[in-house]
Amino acid sequence: MTLTTYILGIAGSVLSLIVVTELLRRHLLRERHAIWWFIAGILALIVSVFPSTLDWAAALVGVEVPINLVFFVTIAILFFVSLQHSAEVTRLEGKTRTLAENIALQEIRIRALEERVSDHESGL
Amino acid sequence: MASDARKTLIVMPAFNEEASVASVIAEVNSIVPEATVLVVDDGSKDATSARARAAGALVATLPFNLGVGGAMRAGFLYARENGFHNVIQIDSDGQHDPRGVAALLAQLDSADLVLGARFAGEGDYKVHGPRAWAMKALAVSLSKVAGTRLSDTTSGFRASGPAAVELFAEHYPAEYLGDTIEALVIAARADLVIAQVPVAMRPRAGGVPSHNPFKSAAYLGRAVMALVFALVRPRSTFQVRKRQA
Repeated sequence: MTLTTYILGIAGSVLSLIVVTELLRRHLLRERHAIWWFIAGILALIVSVFPSTLDWAAALVGVEVPINLVFFVTIAILFFVSLQHSAEVTRLEGKTRTLAENIALQEIRIRALEERVSDHESGL
Repeated sequence: MASDARKTLIVMPAFNEEASVASVIAEVNSIVPEATVLVVDDGSKDATSARARAAGALVATLPFNLGVGGAMRAGFLYARENGFHNVIQIDSDGQHDPRGVAALLAQLDSADLVLGARFAGEGDYKVHGPRAWAMKALAVSLSKVAGTRLSDTTSGFRASGPAAVELFAEHYPAEYLGDTIEALVIAARADLVIAQVPVAMRPRAGGVPSHNPFKSAAYLGRAVMALVFALVRPRSTFQVRKRQA
């Protein structure tokens, strides 16, 4: 590993952590969605600062080529993030459904009230 | 009495049915004049709402399409909020003969959910091939779940009594096939009494039932999935919350 790739790895992980923190700070990302990106960023930072931790972790779980462990963890995290998003979309659909029903039922009430008001006014 | 027609709300989910909705409302009004008709316009792009209103029905217009299940839950909610005891679902395309309403209502005296079955001897509705096998297999397994013999589980012509209205106002599934299969399973698992009565069915105004084998296979697959997940759903997802008076 050259010094350039070492710095590139650190810069990349620091940048991703900064972006996540900044989005959180500006309320553009909710904490429950940020958690996976935080975990990913911190893991990337640890591995890029201390590359030996990757070799140690790979040996620990019996992965022969350490980079494969990186791929595995990366895919796992992305998998869970997109699963979480699917679940979130389902929840949001449920909420919009409830709102749509409420709007339709309120419309009936408003219409009935308007009719009563106009009857009342014409009776005056 | 549970099956009082005056306390009955007839819900007609309608999606782009401007051609037929007014005549169906008129027919329902002439056959069951005591009942209130609510058309749930499921995000139609045409004049369904205006035609239905002109025909004298109450109209709930959903801002976008939710599917039959979504439209029906709005109907159940309206019934619950406005003191209706029973809800009867009728298609707005004229497929269901409103003369069946009396039979459905009568059966509500002894059941919470009554299906109008198309194959039970009345009328001349027929389906052939793989789709018929799929519907048959569904009917057999759902009969087991419901604890009574059901021959037509995908019928959209059905009546719900007070207990079912209370349940469905909160938990009527919006998913594909949810309004037919899953709603039945939820009712059975909530210990509601399910029954069926034979009703005559008229041919659909537009189109014929699909007999494409691939579509039938997809239909069966989705139906099985809907059934299996409805059976393994945790009870907490369809419990009726106690409401404050």
